[in-house]
Amino acid sequence: MTDSTLQSKTATGDDSEGMSYLESLPRRLVTLYLPLFIILVVLLFPFYWMVLTSIKPDEQLIDMEKFNPFWVVHPTFKHISKLLFETQYPRWLWNTMYVAVGATFLSIVASVLSAYAITRLRFKGAEAVGVLIFLAYLVPPSILFIPLASVIQAYGLFDSPLSLILVYPTLLIPFSTWLLMGYFKTIPYELEECALIDGASRWQILVKIIVPLAIPGLISAFIFSFTLCWNEFIYALTFLQSTPNKTVPVAIVNEFVDGDIYKWGSLMAGALVGSLPLVILYAFFVEHYVSAMTGAVKE
Amino acid sequence: MSTVQTSMPAQAAAAGEPSLWSRLSGNRNWAAFWFMLPTAAFLILFLAYPLGLGVWMSFTDERIGRAGAFVGVENYQWLWDDSIFWLSVFNTLLYTLIASAIKFAIGLYLALLLNRHMPFKAVIRSIVLIPFIVPTVLSAIAFWWIYDSQFSIISWSLIKLGLIHSNINFLGDTDWARASVIFANVWRGVPFVAITLLAGLQTVSPSLYEAATLDGATNWQRFRFITYPLLTPIIAVVMTFSVLFTFTDFQLIWALTRGGPVNATHLMATLSYQRGIISGRLGEGAAIATAMIPFLVAAIAISWFGMQRRKWQQGSSND
Repeated sequence: MTDSTLQSKTATGDDSEGMSYLESLPRRLVTLYLPLFIILVVLLFPFYWMVLTSIKPDEQLIDMEKFNPFWVVHPTFKHISKLLFETQYPRWLWNTMYVAVGATFLSIVASVLSAYAITRLRFKGAEAVGVLIFLAYLVPPSILFIPLASVIQAYGLFDSPLSLILVYPTLLIPFSTWLLMGYFKTIPYELEECALIDGASRWQILVKIIVPLAIPGLISAFIFSFTLCWNEFIYALTFLQSTPNKTVPVAIVNEFVDGDIYKWGSLMAGALVGSLPLVILYAFFVEHYVSAMTGAVKE
Repeated sequence: MSTVQTSMPAQAAAAGEPSLWSRLSGNRNWAAFWFMLPTAAFLILFLAYPLGLGVWMSFTDERIGRAGAFVGVENYQWLWDDSIFWLSVFNTLLYTLIASAIKFAIGLYLALLLNRHMPFKAVIRSIVLIPFIVPTVLSAIAFWWIYDSQFSIISWSLIKLGLIHSNINFLGDTDWARASVIFANVWRGVPFVAITLLAGLQTVSPSLYEAATLDGATNWQRFRFITYPLLTPIIAVVMTFSVLFTFTDFQLIWALTRGGPVNATHLMATLSYQRGIISGRLGEGAAIATAMIPFLVAAIAISWFGMQRRKWQQGSSND
């Protein structure tokens, strides 16, 4: 038994970790597949519930005796169409997107510059600056939102999405800088020296050599930053007051909660539509996302 | 090119070798200044300055729409005698401690599971991360519905299984509310812990396990004497981040309970928002936020220790 599995594995050139053939199938079932299955079900159930609720007709939502709540009989798109055509949801989606793209773009430009300076220019105190930027990553929004609210007020940016575009980079730059520093360090020095000898300026080196070589890192930084922006809540809650200016997370929490027993359909539809862009983006760039997350921790 | 050639000899003659070098290094610092400028501007204007301003505001009686006067430690004295504040400190510590411990246990377990060989490995790993991708507030809303007092699917299932007889009031009862928010936090945090620990696990060479197995080591011994020591540095970093973000959590609580019932789930961050922004007492809110700083500094110090130790273990100089 073990011999044949071993042979079949080596024959197919499987990337198995050397010793898994020592385990029998029933044992693997109990120690691996069963716990994994339970954890996956728990992790995914809220999304299943979200999708199910958003396509369930109202009467099935509140009648759990006649209809099995785990399934839907006559799915309806009423909640989703109501959300998209009768509320300001498209506007909120647009705001979120606008803020996320703006803040991510600013952060990536700033991070490329600073990561390059720290890793390659070797200026005086570069290491200390690197450490300071790392420490900035550890300052949470929850202790900054009150003073920031008065700073934003003083700059006249209150209730404007622009305030978020300017504030979010403080969350994104430290992370992106550390991530990009890791990528820049892997680019050989010789390339840069050649360019210097050929008379390229620092700026040309950065734009024509370093940035094209660090594209995977830039994508990772972009995905991660974009997700963080979409997820951010406390600043958006504090700085944005008028309904049309809100971002999706803030609007969901504040605008749909009206004590209506039938609110759940549209609430879940709102949560679902708000999550989809990120899940789709993630599906395309899983590897980049994971390398961003683990890279920043390892760095 | 020609201008460089004509100007170079003149300058070199005037300044000589050492000053040419110093000019170059001067240039480098000057260039670095411009490269660092955008980052520095953002971090100073919107991070360092507000951080200082927050500490200053905690010593004033500023309110929304009214400048504050310096009142010394009055805010802190007020908080010292405020039982709700102490309740929020207790809640925050309880929430952080329990949620982080469970996240670590389940996360490590999940990482060990995912590190084993199985079909569709890559797909399963990607699926595990989904709770971490979806914005917290949006998944919290789903939990809100799952925890609904009348139509909770959990209550319904348990009643159908005959385990309980009436609906559980998940977010209305103090103990249940605490357990519910902790569960939601764990749910969201486990993928992050698992995937980052998995990245650490993948760097452990399989030959170590093979050698240990040949020496007759049991599963537990392999974990205890190979996996755990090699993983310690990354565990330190991951858990520090996890503790930090759990301690300062705001959005999950705000979306689920807003601190209720009877302040049982008020964390320091939510209390700070309620006092500072909703009630408009900015000074008091800032004082609550500032009171979080010592805890954060302690967490950062631990993280620092973990990283130093990691570098030291690898024996590499700083590069």
